[in-house]
Amino acid sequence: MSMKISTRQVDGVTILDLSGRITLGEGSVQLRNAVRELLGKGSKDILLNLADVNYIDSSGIGELVSAFTAARNQGGELKLLKLTKKVHDLLQITKLYTVFDVKDDEAQAIASFSHK
Amino acid sequence: MVSRFSYTLDSSLDSVNKVEEAAEQLAQKSGLDEDQTFQLTMAVREAAVNAVLHGNAYDPEKKITASFENNGSSLIIRISDQGHGLDPATLPDPLAPENLLSGSGRGIFLIRSFMDEVHFKLLHPGTELTLIKHLDSTQKSA
Repeated sequence: MSMKISTRQVDGVTILDLSGRITLGEGSVQLRNAVRELLGKGSKDILLNLADVNYIDSSGIGELVSAFTAARNQGGELKLLKLTKKVHDLLQITKLYTVFDVKDDEAQAIASFSHK
Repeated sequence: MVSRFSYTLDSSLDSVNKVEEAAEQLAQKSGLDEDQTFQLTMAVREAAVNAVLHGNAYDPEKKITASFENNGSSLIIRISDQGHGLDPATLPDPLAPENLLSGSGRGIFLIRSFMDEVHFKLLHPGTELTLIKHLDSTQKSA
């Protein structure tokens, strides 16, 4: 199953609701393109909702990191929302859990962006 | 009783998915629980990605082979490619502060994190990765 992305705006923050798998090939490319498109349009505060992401491989993890650094390099912020246990554990193992700002509550996540 | 099966596959993402499915079936037949199945399946997928992407570089002339074995005490998965060969000593540490924000380089690390043993063998040409998961007394031969 490939990944699906839907986009919504809440209080100046762009939320990408992701579902499915973020893996080498389709999922990673879709995520990269979606984030690039947002940054290109000047939408620099991005919240990735991973509640329905049931699988991510090393390529997908790398894509999350690349999206994070791309947003930061343009003066924006990229945060993660609602990790599944598997994704949480993978970010712990790879020491990325403390790199990302990870939130469980959407309203609190929105409020935490400094630019909005 | 030993069970063993193997595939020779094109260097494609479809092959990666096939190898991943085979690993999941082996794990489930062997009595691994959900977490162990996830870990084994992910490690095998990463090894297959490594063979297809980094080993064979999607070359249509090159194949990967994947063999799966349950010998009653361990699950042994071998994935090989026909690429230039991988020296694990040259791989950067993805947990080092200078590599933490790298967009790649975590595949072998995850394989090592999830398997009990990982062995590299140079094939001239290519690399064979052997991934081993020891079974406990509640698990069984497939």
